[in-house]
Amino acid sequence: MAADTHKLAIFRGLLKFKSNQQKIWGVLIFLSIVTTIEVVLGIVKPASLMTMFLGMKLLNWIFIILTIVKAYYIAWDFMHIRDEKSSLQSSIVLPLLILIPYLVFILLVEADYIFEVMRNGFVSWNF
Amino acid sequence: MEVTAANSADSTSVWGGGNQPLNASYGKLMMWFFIVSDALTFSGFLVAYGFSRFKNINTWPIADEVFTHFPFLHGVDAPMYYVALMTFILIFSSVTMVLAVDAGHHMNKAKVTFYMLLTIIGGAIFVGSQAWEWKNFIKGEYGALETRGGQILQFVNADTGKRVSLAEVANPQQQIRETHQAYNGIWYQQEGTLPTYTVSEIQSGFAAQNNLTIRTQELTADGQKTVLSRTDALEKIQAAQNVVEGANLIHNEYGNRLFADFFFFITGFHGFHVFSGVVINIIIFFNVIVGTYERRGHYEMVEKVGLYWHFVDLVWVFVFTFFYLV
Repeated sequence: MAADTHKLAIFRGLLKFKSNQQKIWGVLIFLSIVTTIEVVLGIVKPASLMTMFLGMKLLNWIFIILTIVKAYYIAWDFMHIRDEKSSLQSSIVLPLLILIPYLVFILLVEADYIFEVMRNGFVSWNF
Repeated sequence: MEVTAANSADSTSVWGGGNQPLNASYGKLMMWFFIVSDALTFSGFLVAYGFSRFKNINTWPIADEVFTHFPFLHGVDAPMYYVALMTFILIFSSVTMVLAVDAGHHMNKAKVTFYMLLTIIGGAIFVGSQAWEWKNFIKGEYGALETRGGQILQFVNADTGKRVSLAEVANPQQQIRETHQAYNGIWYQQEGTLPTYTVSEIQSGFAAQNNLTIRTQELTADGQKTVLSRTDALEKIQAAQNVVEGANLIHNEYGNRLFADFFFFITGFHGFHVFSGVVINIIIFFNVIVGTYERRGHYEMVEKVGLYWHFVDLVWVFVFTFFYLV
């Protein structure tokens, strides 16, 4: 991969960098901002975000979405997936994108079911 | 997808092994194979953690109460700050790694060396921080009692709501316990380390101090631990079986035992990845210094270890979220 094949635009072309090095620093700043937001939210824990949404606190959903955003930029810009052929991009991302949500879905639903059974069951397990 | 748009002369044998249909070298593809499978391994661990957490959702420890230390700030309640710092260190070492890769594309040996060195230092600081985090977690802070069912009972001041350590609760008594030695028995089995106080010392100390009460591991509707009334607490403390100080794979003073197990297992597995990453980086670093890649004509090896290093950073982003934030 030659130095001139880097794609230098992030945020769908909203932000264009002059060189690959500048892009790296730009992504670092973006990742730091996201991490700072996460840490501040984690310390402050605003009461307005404590409402439940789809079985989880709104704040937790925000954390998970921000984490996936960070993961995207680490993979796309630091691991250079942005510069790879789209066939390679799909080969890497699709298996993970299909298998992980599937695993998360079945195991968390099952765990929630077990929680209900243990809470409403006749056997005292927490003594 | 422009998969097989090979424009070279040998395009007749695209899958014959002659060229690179994905435009990536063999080594890079194999690194991606490894990363995808390792990503699934980590997902398995984290989802197993999620399973146990959802299963015990009303007794799971509150991370902000577990990880409260910051170096040189003794007794200051500083949740999150240290892991946030660790996250920044790891992201920064990821940046120096990608700068090393970029310098490698320009065949700039001095810069590759410099950035590899920074990456190694960042990784070493991170592993050291993780060791320190483990030390605090294993040592524990306040100590607790454990019931027969493995439930954790922690002590709080009923007036202020502040946690109270075992040392403040206990009413130490003269020990009349005699240790069996190897020389005065045919059958001898070594005993493990005993907690500082016995259950009865804690119980009698608790009964004597009226301002103390007990906090169970069950969470209330607004996500706080349940604080028992003094009368309930006096009854509950009779169920105590063990004194727990700190955390290990069997006991955990912070709450649900599974929390400690998953913490050790997942951060340990990640820390092992960081450690091996540092070792691999050191090997590549010396290869760069002796000029191996200069002679080879390209720095692709730096790019390959870079992929691994970024992946370790990527995993930490998720571990950070699921252990410390959520």
